[in-house]
Amino acid sequence: MSLALVSDAAGTADRAARTASPLSVRGLTVSYGETPALFSADVTVRAGAMTAIVGPNGAGKSTLLKAALGVVKPLAGSVAVFGQPLAKMRDAIAYVPQRASVDWDFPTRVIDVVLMGLYRDLGLLGRVRAPHRARAMACLERVGMTDFATRQIGQLSGGQQQRVFLARALAQEADIYLLDEPFAGVDAATEKAIIAVLKDLRDAGRTVLAVHHDLTTVPAYFDDVILLNREVIAAGPVDTTFTDDALQTTYGGRLETARMQPHGTAG
Amino acid sequence: MLADALLFQLGYNASLVTLGALLLGIAAGVAGTFLFLRKRALVSDAISHATLPGVGLAFIAMVAMGGDGRSLFGLLLGAAVSAGLGLQCVQWLTRRTRLGEDAAIGAVLSVFFGLGIVILTIVQTMNAGRQAGLEGFLLGSTAGMLRSEALLLAVSAGLVLLLVLVLRRPLTLAAFDPGFAEATGWRPARVDLAMMGIVLLVTVVGLKVVGLIMIVALLIVPPVTARFWSERVDVVVITSGVLGGLAGYLGAAISATAPALPTGPIVVLVSFALFALSLLGAPGRGVLASVLRHQRYQRRVHLRQGLLALASGQPIYERLTHRLLRRAGLIRADGVPTTQGQAAAAKAQLDETRWALVRGDQAFASAAARYDGLTAIEDVLTPDQIGDVDARLAPPQAVT
Repeated sequence: MSLALVSDAAGTADRAARTASPLSVRGLTVSYGETPALFSADVTVRAGAMTAIVGPNGAGKSTLLKAALGVVKPLAGSVAVFGQPLAKMRDAIAYVPQRASVDWDFPTRVIDVVLMGLYRDLGLLGRVRAPHRARAMACLERVGMTDFATRQIGQLSGGQQQRVFLARALAQEADIYLLDEPFAGVDAATEKAIIAVLKDLRDAGRTVLAVHHDLTTVPAYFDDVILLNREVIAAGPVDTTFTDDALQTTYGGRLETARMQPHGTAG
Repeated sequence: MLADALLFQLGYNASLVTLGALLLGIAAGVAGTFLFLRKRALVSDAISHATLPGVGLAFIAMVAMGGDGRSLFGLLLGAAVSAGLGLQCVQWLTRRTRLGEDAAIGAVLSVFFGLGIVILTIVQTMNAGRQAGLEGFLLGSTAGMLRSEALLLAVSAGLVLLLVLVLRRPLTLAAFDPGFAEATGWRPARVDLAMMGIVLLVTVVGLKVVGLIMIVALLIVPPVTARFWSERVDVVVITSGVLGGLAGYLGAAISATAPALPTGPIVVLVSFALFALSLLGAPGRGVLASVLRHQRYQRRVHLRQGLLALASGQPIYERLTHRLLRRAGLIRADGVPTTQGQAAAAKAQLDETRWALVRGDQAFASAAARYDGLTAIEDVLTPDQIGDVDARLAPPQAVT
C-alpha cells in the first residue's frame, strides 16, 4: 500500500486509498442485449468491512457481482482488486454463486464440492491428499456440516446446500468474499450460521460483499451498503447511507413491497 | 463360437475388430461423460452428422490430385474439418442468435447430412467412386479393418484418456458450476472447446467402426448407464469407460459369430442392454429400487397413521392400513386393537406429543428439522434430551 502512495505521485491520499481497496469498480456497464443491466457503476469496497448490495429486482445486483468477477463481460469499465487487474488476483477472491445456478443432481458429494475450492491450489494434476481433506473438513466444520460430508449434494435442503457453497468459498482462503444472495430461501438456523461465519471473516480482516434482499436485517448484518438500481444510488456506511430518502430513491414505489417480502427471488 | 470370439480366436480380422471396438468403446464412454454432465449430449450428434460432407469432399479432392481417394487418413481429415465447421456453426448460432442449442443442432445436423448425401451421390457417379465404400461411414463397416486402423483407434483412445485425466477438474467445474469455474479462472468457453475437441476426435476415429448415425449412442448411453451406479464424478467417468469398452468388446464378438450381424448396431444394442439392466436394477437410482423405496415409505405412513387413529379411538377405514396393522398383529380382524396394538398406539401418541414440544422450541431447531411424522423421537434425540422433554410435558407436581 505504501508503494502505491509513492508511485502515485500526482494522486491525492484519497486516490491512493481507493487504489488499495480490495475491490474497486470504475464505470462498469453491463448489458444483456440492448438494455443496460448496470450503468456506469463506481464502487469502492472498504477493506475489512461487510458490505451489502441492496436494490429492487432487476437492479443489476448479481450482475455487478458477476461483472466484478469476470463471469459476465462488461460493455465498459474496469475492475481492480487491491489495485491490480482481476486476472492477476483471482486467488484473492472467493465466490459463492446463487444456489439456483447449479445442477444439484450432479454426481458429487458434499466433500467433493468443498474440495473444488482447492482446485486452484491443486492445479490440474495435484493429488488430493490428507491435508487437503482435513482443510475441507475444517471448512465444513465452520458451517456445521461435517455430518454430511459424504452425502450426495441433491439430498441436502436449501439451507444445507448454501452452507456447502460457503464452505467451498472458505476453502479458497481468500481475502475477499463475494456472495450472491446467500440468504435466499434458507432456514433461520442457516441464516444465523452463515452470518456468524461472515462476521468471523470480517473480524479476521477479510472483506465481505453480499447481494442482500432483506432490508430489515441490513443494519444488523452489515457495516456498509451499496444501494443499486441499474446505477449506484448511494454507497457508504449503513448509519449514514441506509436512510429512508435513499431507499425511496432506490426502490421508488416498490419500497413497501420490498419491505413486506424480504426474501425475493433472483435479482 | 461366441467364446472363441471373446477369446480373440476367430481369426485375425475378427480379433482386430473386437480390439478396435473395445478401445473405441472405452474412449467414447469416457469422453461422453462430461458431454452428458454438461447437458450437451446432442451436440455430438451434430458433430457426427457434420462429418459426412468432409468425407465426400476429401475423396473427390484426393481423386482430383491423382490418388484413388480411399486413404483413410485423408478421409478422416476431411471428416474432422467438416465436423469442426459444423460445431462452429452450432456454437455461433447459439451465441449470436436467439436460437436455442436444440434448434441449432437440428439445423446444422440436417443441413450437413443432406449436403453429405448429395456429395456422396455425386461420388457414386464418378468412375473411381463406385468401389469407394464411402457408405461404410454411414452405418459403419468393419469387414476390412486394417492393422493401421486398429492402431489409430488405440492411439486415439490413449490420447482421449490422457486428455480427460489432465482436464478432469476444469471439465467437472464447467459442468457443475460454470459461474464458479469462470470466477476461479477456468474459462468455461475454453473448457467446452477442449471437451468438444475430445468428442470430435472420438467421433472421427469411430466413424468407420459404428458409422456416423450411431456413434452418438457410444458417447451418450454409457455415461447415462454409469450414472445409475454412482454419485461421484470420477467413478461415473471410469464406470462409463468400462461399460463402453464392455459393449464394444461384447458387441464386436457377437457380430463376429455370424456374417450377417453388423458390428456397429450390435455394439449399440449391447450398450442398450446394459442400460436397461441398470435402469431396472441399479440400487438407489434404479426403477425397481425406487418403487420398493416408495412402497416401504407408504407402508410406514399407513402404519403410523393407523396407530395414531387407534390411539385416539378412531376406526380404521383404509384397507391398506387395516391389512398392515392386522399383519403386524396390532389389531384383530374386527379392527379392535390387540394388547400389543394398544402399546404401539400409545407409544406413537407419546412420540407425537414429544415431537410437538420439540418442534415448538427454538433450542431444538436442528432436531425439529428432521420431523417427518414418521421418525421415532429416540432416533433424533438422546435419552437425556428426551428426559428433559418429558419433564416439561408432565404437569407440575404438587409439592407435598
